[in-house]
Amino acid sequence: MVANSITPKTLPEPRYEHGSDDYIFVELDEEMSFDANFRAVAITQQLRELELPGIIEICPANASYMIHFDPDEIAPDALVAKLKDVAADTDLSDYQWETRVIDFPVLYEDEWTHETLMRFRDNHQDANATDIEYSAKINGYDTVQDFIDAHTGAPHMVTMVGFVPGLPWCFQMVPRDRQIEVPKYVSPRTDTPSRAVGFGGAFTAVYPVQGAGGYQLFGRTPVEVLDVDQELADFEESMVFPSPGDIFKFRQIDREEYDEIREEVEAGTFEFKMEPVEFSPEEFFNDPDAYNERLMEVLYE
Amino acid sequence: MIEVLDGGLSTTVQDNGRYGQYHIGVPPSGAMDQFAHSVANYLVGNDEEHATLEMTYKGCEVRFEEDTVIALAGAEMAATLDGEAIPMWEAVAVDAGDELALQFATAGARTYLAVAGGIDVEPVMDSRSTYALIGIGGHEGRALEEGDVLAVGEPAANADAFVGTRVPAEDIPTYDDDDANIRIVIGLCDYRLTEESKERLTTEEWKVAADADRVGYRLTGPELEFVEREQPFGAGTDPTNVVDLGYPVGSIQIPQQPIVVMRDAVTGGGYATVATVISADRGKLSQRRTHQSVYFTNVSVDDALAAREEQEAVLADIKAAVTPS
Repeated sequence: MVANSITPKTLPEPRYEHGSDDYIFVELDEEMSFDANFRAVAITQQLRELELPGIIEICPANASYMIHFDPDEIAPDALVAKLKDVAADTDLSDYQWETRVIDFPVLYEDEWTHETLMRFRDNHQDANATDIEYSAKINGYDTVQDFIDAHTGAPHMVTMVGFVPGLPWCFQMVPRDRQIEVPKYVSPRTDTPSRAVGFGGAFTAVYPVQGAGGYQLFGRTPVEVLDVDQELADFEESMVFPSPGDIFKFRQIDREEYDEIREEVEAGTFEFKMEPVEFSPEEFFNDPDAYNERLMEVLYE
Repeated sequence: MIEVLDGGLSTTVQDNGRYGQYHIGVPPSGAMDQFAHSVANYLVGNDEEHATLEMTYKGCEVRFEEDTVIALAGAEMAATLDGEAIPMWEAVAVDAGDELALQFATAGARTYLAVAGGIDVEPVMDSRSTYALIGIGGHEGRALEEGDVLAVGEPAANADAFVGTRVPAEDIPTYDDDDANIRIVIGLCDYRLTEESKERLTTEEWKVAADADRVGYRLTGPELEFVEREQPFGAGTDPTNVVDLGYPVGSIQIPQQPIVVMRDAVTGGGYATVATVISADRGKLSQRRTHQSVYFTNVSVDDALAAREEQEAVLADIKAAVTPS
């Protein structure tokens, strides 16, 4: 029986932890859930609006959040008390936020990530399969195409941005029994192509730049998540494109479309296909499939 | 203008950091040893926001195109100006055409060169700091090379009056090998470590690994063990993994052997962080050299706050002592 709604989870008591004298880390749950992520997003959004003195950074993460502050302006214990007040005032049942639904093309099983992953079979759980073959198998899919259909079949929410500038962690908007889960590499690679699309734990990641990485490599996107020179229109305000709360619809493309999009990106003319939406956690939980369908209508019609 | 004759091993433009972008993965960057960076600035009439040159292990060689005032602070590097030895921790007059040359560091790892008016590169997100991974800030987003030319900002009106002022001897750090103690606050996801391993973290000797850099200080030492558990959904299968979270600068993660996150941090990820180096000791850690020892001492948040206040008081004293009346 496949779940067609998401039962809200009762989160444990949050853990307020001191990162020495100038950071507070708040773990909302040890495991990943929409409930924990939406709370992290909602609490950090409200903190931003409060504009408390002494706050240097407000960083939502997948199931936690972190604050960097100047203890000369706000004492650590006073800040924890303030965070508890904000948390007590945050009720997700009537909470909504403005976000964007975005078409995100991916060339699965591309030649570049294939070349990379073949170089690192010694770091992997299964030396005789590719990353995506291995991931399809352990998640119970008969074929790689079935697995790609599942990965592209429902949108993913950006639940955290970081590691390096612009890297989004994306959590698929389906009930737990349909979530894909894969381990990270046994030991990380020293190389990953830029724009690689990988998966680790319960998260899809898009690597902004070439570098180390430990996620299973599924494909490569022709679009950018980081534009340091801010030449593309979507990067006018920030060199980083993804924001927590964004909704990515991964779409399987062929090599021809990949090359066409690359040409547009390199010419500086590429613009994401995207639409603004008002996201309602409650409506999403009640019927995620119908909600996702409505999101796709907004994007593609 | 300053012309770079030799960039040294890794010399970058740094200021006190780039803030407000951590949530999209942009780390603060900035001088690894903010104490030495600030002191070098104070000696030439700048404030701590001005950009200095951070030299790592080996200094650079530069030629000054006009008369100015400079100061060196941080790791001990023998320095000559037009062939004459000059002291560190003291404001020095420079004539147009003078060449400054620095040797390998003999104690400590990073030395700061401040110039009256500051290094005037174009700010990126309100900071002149170099962040080489994506090539932003500083001079073309990278370490300096022979032939680079750097502009200098407008010096303070009384900059010449700083010449000859020096930091009180008792306020100059030593970077001795026997002063290897770094204070930490245990916490964050420390529940992942066994009690014995937490004990080991704060009692046994750690050595700085060869690949300790601006992103992270890798340490080698005893094996640490994790509490066994069924991994929570989304964390990944390895016992060192947690659901990906933000990493405080100064936090210690344990992929297998510890890595202390430094100012060009990876801003988040899926390794359990178990403690944080106190803000007052992060600069001191960045002065530890490859193969040197580090010992961690667990302190309270209140102790960390007291250490921070103490360091701020020392900086204020130095600023007052070197500023001509």
